[in-house]
Amino acid sequence: MSEPLLQAIDLECERDERLLFKNLSFSILPGTLTRVEGANGSGKTTLLRILAGLNDAWTGQLLWCGKPRAYDRESFHRNTLYLGHRPGIKPLLTPMENLRALMAGRRPVTDDVLQQALEGTGLAGYGDVPCRNLSAGQQRRVALARLLIADEPLWLLDEVFTAIDAEGVSAIETLLQQRAAEGGAVLVTTHHDLQLPGMRRIVLGEGQSNE
Amino acid sequence: MSSAGGALIKPVEQGVSPLSAMWAVFGRDVRVAFRQRQDLLNPLLFFVMVVSLFPLGVSPEVSFLQQSGAGILWVAALLAVLLSLDHLFRHDFDDGTLEQLVLQPQPLFLLVLAKTLAHWMLTGLPLVILAPVLGVMVHLDGNSIAILCLTLLIGTPVLSLIGSIGAALTLGLRSAGVLLSLLIIPLYIPVLIFGTGTVAAAAEGAPVGGYLALMGAFLVLALTLAPFASAAALRISLSNS
Repeated sequence: MSEPLLQAIDLECERDERLLFKNLSFSILPGTLTRVEGANGSGKTTLLRILAGLNDAWTGQLLWCGKPRAYDRESFHRNTLYLGHRPGIKPLLTPMENLRALMAGRRPVTDDVLQQALEGTGLAGYGDVPCRNLSAGQQRRVALARLLIADEPLWLLDEVFTAIDAEGVSAIETLLQQRAAEGGAVLVTTHHDLQLPGMRRIVLGEGQSNE
Repeated sequence: MSSAGGALIKPVEQGVSPLSAMWAVFGRDVRVAFRQRQDLLNPLLFFVMVVSLFPLGVSPEVSFLQQSGAGILWVAALLAVLLSLDHLFRHDFDDGTLEQLVLQPQPLFLLVLAKTLAHWMLTGLPLVILAPVLGVMVHLDGNSIAILCLTLLIGTPVLSLIGSIGAALTLGLRSAGVLLSLLIIPLYIPVLIFGTGTVAAAAEGAPVGGYLALMGAFLVLALTLAPFASAAALRISLSNS
């Protein structure tokens, strides 16, 4: 069995004086697909933000490759891709400029690669249109184009299927499965009925359990 | 990280140098600003309007304007910068690019510094460039105008840097304007006092080297400390969102 990428031990988080989860422990192994489940307000997004390193209001332990995450924050960020509710797309910039800006601090990427990623998400020909002129689904696709160029071993995807059409959804499902098969680790939250073989579950809320 | 268990996907080791990441952040902010030019003009218009209201509202006397001209320009510039501060992180926060910025594998304070420098170049620097014109309008002599511009050139980056702390701290609040002013104005006061003091000293023929050195010290202090404080404040604001 391979070493877990990310390990959570006794995570506890309170928000607005309400306990979201307590004694939450799980491991994320390379090559696995995990879905975080729970009702609205059960803390799915909060959990993902904690794992991504955006929310620091938690107690417990988070181990990245066996060491506390705080030891090497930069290496953690370099190896994690987080896509949140808010797509992270500047409405005034074109899809190309947005992707370039998003990748700029991570690793050098040529424009050809970005162009291919845009084509892969069905945005061929929109490269020079400001994102505010695109539909909500298309803007989301610009953010999702990053999945096609991402080489980060850990993906944290929060509600990625929002505003995506049926065809797009099945394309993403295939991509996630392929990713897991290649040895990447994927953690998703979604209200969409996602059923993929070998999928693990983390259930938040009443009768909280894991795996 | 040795035993990735035969996985095909390997951890990413190499990245991008902090300097090119900073350059990318700076470039993106400038590009976004130029796609929204009216936002660039707002602080400038405010600056011109406030300064031109003083001769109308108080006194058009040459002696009054000569005496208080530098102070008027400094106060107007300070308020113009203050007005523009809320935009520094707000749009990025709303569209989620700020989250992605914080998650970049780069030292956050450097990226914040790049954003703040872009903010200065787009608001502070135009004010400095416009100041001589308004200086002539309030009957300042050539030497005073030169000194005034020099103090603004050193002082406006300090305003942007200190302001970035306040903007980051008040990011999660719905109506941040008043609180931002309350937090930031007390920290602006020393800069304002030395900025106008330098021009007053120059008008009296006194040496201004000491004043300028102190303003330079403010700039160095703000450059070295403010980005750390802003970066920490951003993390707190994002944690609570």
